[in-house]
Amino acid sequence: MTDESQPHHVTVDRYVERYAARARGMVASEIRALFAVASRPEIVSLAGGMPYVSALPLDAVGDIFDDLVGSRGAVAMQYGSAQGDPGLREQICEVMALEGVNGHADDVVVTVGSQQALDLIGRIFLDPGDVVLAEAPSYVGALGVFASYQADVVHVPMDDDGLQPDALRDAIARTAASGRTPKLLYTVPNFHNPAGVTLAASRRAEIVDIARSAGVLVLEDNPYGLLGFDQEPMRALRADDGDTVVYLGSFSKTFAPGLRVGWALAPRGVRDKLVLAAEAGILSHSVVCQLALSQYLANHPWRDQVKAFRELYRERRDAMLGTLSSVMPAACTWTHPTGGFYVWLTVPEGIDTKAMLPRAVGARVAYVPGSAFFADGADGARHMRLSYCYPEPDRIREGVRRLGAVLEEEVEVRDTFGTTGTPARGLDRPPPNL
Amino acid sequence: MADVTGPVVVLAGGLSHERDVSLRSGRRVADALREVGVEVYERDVDAELLPALAADLPAAVFPVVHGAAGEDGAVREVLELLGVPYVGARPDACRRAYDKPVAKTVVTHAGIPTPEAVTLPQATFRDLGAGAVLDRIVARLGLPLVVKPARGGSALGMHVVRNVVDLPAAMVGCFSYGDTALVERFVAGSEVAVGVVDTGAGPQALPPVEIVPADGVYDYAARYTAGQTEFFCPARLSVDAIKAAEDTAVLAHRALGLRDISRSDLIVDENGEVQLLEVNVAPGMTETSTLPMAVAATQHDFGALCRDLVAAAISRPRR
Repeated sequence: MTDESQPHHVTVDRYVERYAARARGMVASEIRALFAVASRPEIVSLAGGMPYVSALPLDAVGDIFDDLVGSRGAVAMQYGSAQGDPGLREQICEVMALEGVNGHADDVVVTVGSQQALDLIGRIFLDPGDVVLAEAPSYVGALGVFASYQADVVHVPMDDDGLQPDALRDAIARTAASGRTPKLLYTVPNFHNPAGVTLAASRRAEIVDIARSAGVLVLEDNPYGLLGFDQEPMRALRADDGDTVVYLGSFSKTFAPGLRVGWALAPRGVRDKLVLAAEAGILSHSVVCQLALSQYLANHPWRDQVKAFRELYRERRDAMLGTLSSVMPAACTWTHPTGGFYVWLTVPEGIDTKAMLPRAVGARVAYVPGSAFFADGADGARHMRLSYCYPEPDRIREGVRRLGAVLEEEVEVRDTFGTTGTPARGLDRPPPNL
Repeated sequence: MADVTGPVVVLAGGLSHERDVSLRSGRRVADALREVGVEVYERDVDAELLPALAADLPAAVFPVVHGAAGEDGAVREVLELLGVPYVGARPDACRRAYDKPVAKTVVTHAGIPTPEAVTLPQATFRDLGAGAVLDRIVARLGLPLVVKPARGGSALGMHVVRNVVDLPAAMVGCFSYGDTALVERFVAGSEVAVGVVDTGAGPQALPPVEIVPADGVYDYAARYTAGQTEFFCPARLSVDAIKAAEDTAVLAHRALGLRDISRSDLIVDENGEVQLLEVNVAPGMTETSTLPMAVAATQHDFGALCRDLVAAAISRPRR
């Protein structure tokens, strides 16, 4: 019987002392709490990266599932292989051919979205303290994976034409000077998340050459490559070097993230380890999802659907860029994406977008602070990512107008106090369903 | 033991910055009520709420909505309009308690010490010059200082300032949550939270819970990450200090005209003197919240307490 009058230590989580070191950064976060508000319909969320799946032929997709379970249920509901359905892998090669990639289905590993491919690459390549090169800024989900394997990320600057070759050489040299060799270069060459820029065709071969010479494996993450508004798909980095580049693809943006189907195209040795790692992690992919996707690719005009997505996202991008031009305070600048989902906004000096987020959520608009896209969170204070993929154009215009007013207020506070606010500690990456 | 017949609506969520905490608190209260046999529906504070309540009036509402609207009396005002019984303080009392400077004035008149403080809107700093005003604040209150929004909870926008050069940034961070800041003298001592519940026999204090954050500051991460803060219940204080803390919480509850449930956050200094920081009319009910810990320390069932609070609300004479 406990003596109620005697102080005792209240145990909230009995496993507190047992967590791995890599879990130390997993703390409750004020910013994550704000994102919980941002998911409400009253808030214009320019934060998340959810594709507009309402534009899909959902009835037809439903029929595919009905037919699959009805006619091939014993297969569709069974375990499959860790490498993925062979038929789907053939179709994936046809998709990659649109970007000049001549891959073999045997070298494709189906993954749970391209996020799992990132995780598997981390699992087979990264020891604690290993160096990964990544653009500055870089995709928040990739940074989360690299952090979970306790890798050190060295950011490499970009400009309007994407990753800068000279900066890449410098980063490799600086890393070497510290006695380390980067293992991976992580890059999103097309319609970058979050920066919205695209690696110029003239730089592509040079980037791969630099990596090859340094013995660095390139991770080409390309979820948006088919979503260009003004041009044919760019030639993939992987198209010209199958040994240096692991290509990561996804159907999350061109079809639907709910199926969770992505893939990696990798050199044979890497592929073998990816399959074993996938098997250890999840045994098998969802067979029903793979077969449904395969049916969709085989029997529906999916290229027309991608074209419809491009038109839809182009209209939304135009809504965002047009409103940014008319409402943003002086000294704000932003990128002009020619595809994909994101605009990277730079705010006036002395504004910290992470510290400003509560004001924005109070004004019923949300964005992702730039610090989320840097490994140590120390950079990016003057930036934010704005997404135009999910809200309707009128909502985008309203959201940007609200954001403009918030920035005006924040500039006034900055001018009053001569400084920026103190951001809260903790994770600042948004959940995927925002 | 009181019976509750008819469904109870647990209200949680809303649009405040504390939505996430509120949802977790609401889920915990709803589960606890279900475990003691109460029929429960969970609802968010949105455009569908009023039609739903009006169409099928519940036996009572248990609001667990934190932050503005939830704690400033607005939601309860609407419940009054509907004539539905609800757990917790009336709107006027909520307004008194939720506004920290107002609450400080009220409890001070009742004889409860609170840290010396200055309350200023953002416009004052703009109009008079931030440097000059901040200099006067530091000259009056000294360092360290605690900067927090005048209205709000969960330590959102709260900063402990130990070095004067950090004060402007703390002010900017605070003003991101609201246009009025409360700047308080920092009081060293044991931080304790004392729940007060009244199921019909008058307000009773729960055992004080002592809060020891690992990093020294009980901020949002420290509040809602298991293991970031150590809790002791009852607090490691003398018998006299425990009693003083409990009495202070009950007195604050009465002075602010609160009802059913509240939580007072206090500092007990090395001499056993108690100072009140703030009072919450919708205390957190999450897994890391102090009020449920205090209930557990009394060997009482949390669900039974929630049910008794609902029963008390239902049996209360309507106005």
